[in-house]
Amino acid sequence: MYFLRRFLFLIPLTWVIVTLSFFLVRVAPGGPFDRERRPASPAVERALATKYHLDESLGSQYLRFLGLRWERQPDGSWQRAPGGLIAGDLGLSLKYRNHSVTDIIRQGLPVSLALGGAAFLFALGFGIPLGVYTAVRRGHTGDWLGSLVALLFICIPGFVIGPLLILVFALQTGWFPVGLWGTPRHVVLPMIALGLYFGGRVARLTREGMSQALLSEFVRTARAKGVSELGVLLRHAFPIAVMPVVSYSGPMLADLLTGSFVVENIFQIPGIGVFLVNSSLGRDYTMVVGLVLLYAVLLLVLNLLVDFTYSLLDPRVRHE
Amino acid sequence: MGCLQSLLPSRWSSFRSSFVRFLISVLGVGLLGVPSIGCRPEPRADLIIHNGMEVETIDPHVLTGLPDGRVTGAMFEGLTRYDPETGRAIPGLAHSWDISPDGRVYTFHLRTNAAFSTGEPIRADDVVWSWQRAADPTTAADYSGFFFYVEGGQAIVTGASTNLSGLGIRAVDPLTVEVRLVNPTPFLPDLCGMRIMAVVPRWAVEKYGDQWVRMDPLPCSGAYELLSWRPNDRIRLRRNPHYWDAANVGCERVDVLSGDSPAAALNLYLAGDVDFLIDKVMIPPELNDVLRKRPDFHTFQYLGTYFVRFNVTRKPFDDPRVRQAISLVLDKRRIVERITRLGEQPTSALTPPGTGGYQPPPGLGHNAVLASDASAYAAAMETNRAEAQRLLAAAGFPGGKGFPPFTYMFNAGGGGGSRMHENVGIELQTALREDLGLQMELRPVEWKTYLSDMSRLNFDMIRGSWIGDYQDPTTFLDLFLADSGNNRTGWKNARYDALLAAAAAEPDVSRRFDQLREAETLLVRDEVPILPVFNYVGLFAFDRTKWEGIYANLTDEHPFRSIRRRTGGAAPVRSALSPAAAGTP
Amino acid sequence: MNEVDKAPAPVRPLSPGGKAWRRLWRHRPAVISAGFLAVVVLLALFVPWLGPHVSAQGSDLQFSSPDSAHWFGTDVHGRDVFTRVFAGARISLLVGAVGAGVSLVIGVCWGMVAGYVGGRLDGVMMRLVDILYSLPSIVVVIVLITTLEGYVKTWMGTSFPRLVPLARLLLLFAGLGAVSWLTMARIVRGQVLSLRSRPFVLASLALGASHRRILFRHILPNVAGIIIVYLTLTLPAIILYESFLSYLGLGIQPPEASLGTLIAEGASQINPLRVFWWLILGPGGVLALTLLALNFLGDGLRDALDPRGN
Repeated sequence: MYFLRRFLFLIPLTWVIVTLSFFLVRVAPGGPFDRERRPASPAVERALATKYHLDESLGSQYLRFLGLRWERQPDGSWQRAPGGLIAGDLGLSLKYRNHSVTDIIRQGLPVSLALGGAAFLFALGFGIPLGVYTAVRRGHTGDWLGSLVALLFICIPGFVIGPLLILVFALQTGWFPVGLWGTPRHVVLPMIALGLYFGGRVARLTREGMSQALLSEFVRTARAKGVSELGVLLRHAFPIAVMPVVSYSGPMLADLLTGSFVVENIFQIPGIGVFLVNSSLGRDYTMVVGLVLLYAVLLLVLNLLVDFTYSLLDPRVRHE
Repeated sequence: MGCLQSLLPSRWSSFRSSFVRFLISVLGVGLLGVPSIGCRPEPRADLIIHNGMEVETIDPHVLTGLPDGRVTGAMFEGLTRYDPETGRAIPGLAHSWDISPDGRVYTFHLRTNAAFSTGEPIRADDVVWSWQRAADPTTAADYSGFFFYVEGGQAIVTGASTNLSGLGIRAVDPLTVEVRLVNPTPFLPDLCGMRIMAVVPRWAVEKYGDQWVRMDPLPCSGAYELLSWRPNDRIRLRRNPHYWDAANVGCERVDVLSGDSPAAALNLYLAGDVDFLIDKVMIPPELNDVLRKRPDFHTFQYLGTYFVRFNVTRKPFDDPRVRQAISLVLDKRRIVERITRLGEQPTSALTPPGTGGYQPPPGLGHNAVLASDASAYAAAMETNRAEAQRLLAAAGFPGGKGFPPFTYMFNAGGGGGSRMHENVGIELQTALREDLGLQMELRPVEWKTYLSDMSRLNFDMIRGSWIGDYQDPTTFLDLFLADSGNNRTGWKNARYDALLAAAAAEPDVSRRFDQLREAETLLVRDEVPILPVFNYVGLFAFDRTKWEGIYANLTDEHPFRSIRRRTGGAAPVRSALSPAAAGTP
Repeated sequence: MNEVDKAPAPVRPLSPGGKAWRRLWRHRPAVISAGFLAVVVLLALFVPWLGPHVSAQGSDLQFSSPDSAHWFGTDVHGRDVFTRVFAGARISLLVGAVGAGVSLVIGVCWGMVAGYVGGRLDGVMMRLVDILYSLPSIVVVIVLITTLEGYVKTWMGTSFPRLVPLARLLLLFAGLGAVSWLTMARIVRGQVLSLRSRPFVLASLALGASHRRILFRHILPNVAGIIIVYLTLTLPAIILYESFLSYLGLGIQPPEASLGTLIAEGASQINPLRVFWWLILGPGGVLALTLLALNFLGDGLRDALDPRGN
């Protein structure tokens, strides 16, 4: 019931977020058609604004965006302006004027999903074992070395890791392509570059969760009952230990799936991460709002899933 | 205790079911993306070009960006096209043209075999309609200012007249187009090769409106036709079988990649995934000094100047002496030798030397530009510094005392050139502090803020640059006319405007150049609303032993059609043209 | 289930604070880290002004590799990288400290209150976090910095003219602060949610302890570990995010630099043709070591504060 209510609540929440972003991007100085060179005449400038309805008041632009604007037709009747959010139409990108926003998302999202999904699995795949290991070896050399590795991944940014990976594994050895997209081999280096950072964080969070769990009363109980150390770890401590990671998974996954500007940039991958940054910088209003919508829905749904997982993992968490 | 034990297994099973389900759903999301990989076993294109940033539009009339222009130039052609070697106009859809004795009427003769890629012939009406569409302000073509040279063009572009047939172009017969000009315009054939004057398919535009370029198949008037277009990935082109010169088009299939990162572009090139790095912006400036020594990286002069704008509407920059003092102390040689490092020439003028045969006048601080060796340069800079200090004192700020704090704005972020702007700013800041005692704050801003502040004159000093569109000094000098939308300094000078107007009406070339030189002297020696720094040097990369048909030229025009793979040791051959055609300038 | 009588709140004969200090002191790596951090902070404070070769001014020595005069080599303007690294460390530590501080104060309080009170208030508070979270931070930061910079500058120009160059830094603080506390709030809330129905909390409640006492005495020590770990994760994230903003032209104003921008500058030199390794190793090494030290210190603190330790 609680989750059904939260799920239904996503709709007004998304609306608030989209509305906020709609007005926020229009507050920033400059507009989509400001260029290094002025258009030939004010008439051209006006025509450009009219074409994309930027000459209308903010309110009517907003109604048009939602698809709730009625316009007077030449014959005197009133008709709803075509398109709009309620029709599932996010409009044309103002920067890439020959593409609609949905068109760009449709082409770029699968790429970002594949890369982000791979990086997520990679991050969990090495982060959780590393975290468990360092927690178990807490205070010993193993912990020290493992923590060092995890922390290095956290504080070496993608724009350093990426070029290094390319230098060694692409240009010098020729094992992987230096960039672009297309075959499974193209996924490997960007996946690592993207996943290492998140994996490092997962390792730290798992280590903390595991240390907590190992000190908790029921793990002590289990030990006292003679459950094998591995059994204690996997069956009793792990479900608790992984909770901070689950909590972090929602935002992490949303970040990963909507693409990463840095990694897509370095490997020249046609995902949507580059678009989010470039459209904000380029004041591509329609594109920003479309991508915020996508990001918000993904994040909200994932966070809901996380909370849901939480309540399954830990029955003590009650939602009344 | 008991209840705890009974809890554990159930927790475990619920954990297993939920967490595993969670993972599976994630995996599922990831698998959704799998179709995007692994199923494109397309063969490599014959030629892969890295074209820089993603193309914004391929409508030749409304495009503004250089990457857009390059790829669209391969798809759409006008009455003329550009020679890959010189960058000057050569016959395109028109095989020749006649000029009236007063230089104001051009008659173009179309080819009988000119056709769109979908087979429809191209006739005089198509040319006339295309020009009218481009000039029509409702098309919203930023560059329609080039129709100001054509009779009636200014009235149409500014919206004063809505009668499109008032544009000075008409179809005399299906194969003859007549263009009437306001002034004798010797560079008209060069203008006719520009994208804004290209021929587009009327029926497609009338049917699909602004989105006509998404039509499939897209009727193209140029050497290549569009196969596919994936944003931020690549545009795929194929030889247009109906192109009048199809036999001389160099490659069957061309992939045009787009991307933001110079480092990635260089990596792709070094790994052999890209054959031709066409955009200088896509070559990491940090490596300029190393790259220019490689045999496959080629530098060339082109029409571009890097300068600094003063806001002359703000005190104390309204005083020419202040602007002169600041201009004199900048160590331009240090900038080209240590920062840009492509062999750029420091300059004291706006127009690059040799623009359409014009030589710019010496500007302020020209003695340093001329200095042949290090000691002569040091001496010249010493003289200039002393002069600058004198000028600043005369303006009321001896030793920089009392000079208000001010900022230097530049665009940061984005492509590889951004760090260069920062580094130039740091050099300027150092020079002003050490030589004049001025405190200048550096203000990096992102691109749109930069543009918006520049056009609203919301700055003290700001980075500027200009790339010429055609080979004539007016492509630079028109910038600082009082009513120019690109002036952006607040500087207005009646004498300057009058000299340019006189030059426009002057049929004699050498007298015209004298008038332009006089005007430019006002701009760069006496009034200095701008501080010219250096002339750009172009840089591109391709392997000369494998490719031919790419040449350095002043307008940075490198038509895709002439690029071909070199076949065993043959000498470079220019694509067969008819250079003897009448009217070649 | 009567879990209440199973785990009574531990009774402490000595002041918990004093014990924590003792435990921290015995944690050798933490002590060494604290010493190292103190050195870094001192260097960051004083290097930009002191020493024989510390001028950040340009020189003719462009891109010279490290030697006895320039320990970390020189950059494109011939500036000493050692000096710039510690001048940068000052800004990065400041930026990181502000971001972490916001994250700590707002994020922890927000998450604890939401998780502890629960119900409708939790719903409202977390939906607010969701909204802020769902706006991509880059959009928020761009809008914040581009629109407010002009106003802040004019306002400071009239009241504090000397501080105008710091306007960008202040906005950066605001922007980074605005986005840094959200994850912390979510994580803390999740932990508190699971803690509040634990036996020892219920026991204290039954014994008549006030909510405030329960929050700060029983719940906070139990979430302290995750807070500290997350803080040590937030710090590098903020420091690196700042460099990303600088890359977009929204960060620190040159010629000032931060560790992040120095690393970005060095990263642009990683290429197959020539590597000016000192440009990346200097700032990268200092950042990595500083963060490592912070983490070990955090670890020690976490152990020292853990109510179940010893």
